[in-house]
Amino acid sequence: MSGHNESILREPLITGDNITYAKITDDILGPVENKPNKAWWIGFIVSALGALLWVVAVSYTFWNGIGAWGLNKTVGWAWDITGFVWWVGIGHAGTLISAVLLLFRQNWRNSINRSAEAMTIFAVICAATYVVSHMGRPWLAYWVLPLPNQFGSLWVNFNSPLVWDMFAISTYFSVSLLFWYTGLLPDIATIRDRAVGTRRKIYSIFSFGWSGSVKTWQRFEAVSLILAGISTPLVLSVHTIVSMDFATSVIPGWHTTIFPPYFVAGAIFSGFAMVLTLLLVARKVLGLENYITMFHIESMNKIIILTGSIVGVAYLTEFFIAWYSGSEYEQYAFINRSTGPYWWSYWMMMTCNVISPQLLWFKKIRLSIKATWILSIVVNVGMWFERFVIIVTSLHRDYIPSSWAMFYPTWVDVSVFVGSIGLFFTLFLLFLRVLPSIAIAEVKLLLKSASEQAKMKQIKDGHENKEYVTEYVESLQKFDSVKQEDYAKI
Amino acid sequence: MSDIKYILGSFGDPDEMMHGIEKLQENGVSIYDVYTPMPIHGIEAKLGIKRSRIDIAAFCFGISGTCAAFALIYFCAVIDWKVNIGGKPSFALPDFIPIMFELTVLFCAFGMVLTYYASTHLFPGRSPRVMDLRATDDRFVIAIDAKDNAAHTVIDGLLKDAGALEVKYNERKYISYE
Repeated sequence: MSGHNESILREPLITGDNITYAKITDDILGPVENKPNKAWWIGFIVSALGALLWVVAVSYTFWNGIGAWGLNKTVGWAWDITGFVWWVGIGHAGTLISAVLLLFRQNWRNSINRSAEAMTIFAVICAATYVVSHMGRPWLAYWVLPLPNQFGSLWVNFNSPLVWDMFAISTYFSVSLLFWYTGLLPDIATIRDRAVGTRRKIYSIFSFGWSGSVKTWQRFEAVSLILAGISTPLVLSVHTIVSMDFATSVIPGWHTTIFPPYFVAGAIFSGFAMVLTLLLVARKVLGLENYITMFHIESMNKIIILTGSIVGVAYLTEFFIAWYSGSEYEQYAFINRSTGPYWWSYWMMMTCNVISPQLLWFKKIRLSIKATWILSIVVNVGMWFERFVIIVTSLHRDYIPSSWAMFYPTWVDVSVFVGSIGLFFTLFLLFLRVLPSIAIAEVKLLLKSASEQAKMKQIKDGHENKEYVTEYVESLQKFDSVKQEDYAKI
Repeated sequence: MSDIKYILGSFGDPDEMMHGIEKLQENGVSIYDVYTPMPIHGIEAKLGIKRSRIDIAAFCFGISGTCAAFALIYFCAVIDWKVNIGGKPSFALPDFIPIMFELTVLFCAFGMVLTYYASTHLFPGRSPRVMDLRATDDRFVIAIDAKDNAAHTVIDGLLKDAGALEVKYNERKYISYE
């Protein structure tokens, strides 16, 4: 950092002209240290009502069993596993941003990793509740653990992907929580040292006595890097194993070897979409435009185009391989998906996941906050339908035509799903109030090298290549938080 | 001046602070510690702090996770109760790999982070040892043990020359205790 200037060609990661270390702290801690505004309260009340619906619906399921859902003997997995895979997928962006982008030294992750990781944790909580409630007798959930039992220890089946999944999801959740919380320690200490009274005492407990000494920081950085290194394969393994829940079975439509990479790409796709859905609103409401800039939004949109295209190619490959395999059951499963009674869900998925992200190739759409926000929701609608298509359309026409059936959700199915969204937003909104939504220490690292003001100074020093400066100034046009007049003078 | 325990040079800019460290070291002043709101790259070399060995701990924890997972699965599925699944061998190593991998990551992450907390004395409820409350906000603070370094006016001058915004004389080591 010292005495080293970043290339002028790179877009700034922090905009605004009077940013100091103190201002970064003030801006980011604004929502934590002040009373929430009206927008927060409205959002919170609506989400809390959703969460209440979730409590009612899940309790109803626990009390009455999964007969409360619309499942029948042909379609034994429907909205529950759809919801589970959807939430786990959304939960992938946080670790991807915090781990993979750290390994690739993508500094723009510094201002979005904290909230993305929080989102991961809340999404995995939503996913985990589906796993527990679809068991039917959730008080026996510990049966998935390899515990000795009174019959002389018949252990769990270690060859089953469902058992792998239990290990994968619980490892993913706990490691993500650890990664997130360790990263939070210096920022909680910042709140602690600015607070007084009871508030200080509470944050003091949660800051673990952080002091910010040299040794603490040195080890902190080593720990973060290693955690990133082990979380990267972890995040890939989790959705790989989720996909194996389907891929290792012998159901046509599930028995597909491309599932692991295809599920991982889909998970990143939907995760980034959810990050955008949340952050586009949060940046506006919390006034964080200088830290989450148009460059961040554009970068995330680019990742959405990439992963959306991978998902599109995977859909087409599946179709091609179904034809090429010569297996009539496989062929039927796919023809039935696209033209059978669930044709609408298939085409919903194709439109939302394959066609709509391609719109982001247009710079105008990619840089429009409204369009991006709408597309981010469209993507997640599409990803929900993808899981629904894979699960329900593969099951609903099984081996004997007399047992063919359709799936109709009951009010409980719908309430558990809608309620889980409420729960997710409730947790996220509470997070915004009590913890800094941007990693303060990590953003401070960028101030002297990658901020607009540092680059402005570089230009004013006059050692930069003219062409580069022009290109840089042109790249600033997309930023809604940059004052163009400042550059007209130079 | 006998009650003074620590002299704190509080800087507003990390580069100036690094300059301050150099100045102090050139003049033979020993530095107790440095408190900063963000990691400062290259400071360890200046202060002669050795490379962290936490990666070695992480590797050992990770490997023990791999072994623990293998031992558990091997005991359950191969020794204790063999389940006949279509006559296939019960020692199905490829099927063991996912759980072995997950437990490697789990043990490595928890082992390493708990080692970090233990070695840095971080645990819930520990009273914070803070010398300057702004060191977690916008100040980069060099702490000098006042007892070991007698020439306080010289230190004061050096710090101010290097660009310290403020020089404090603390009579208590940590100001954060009640």
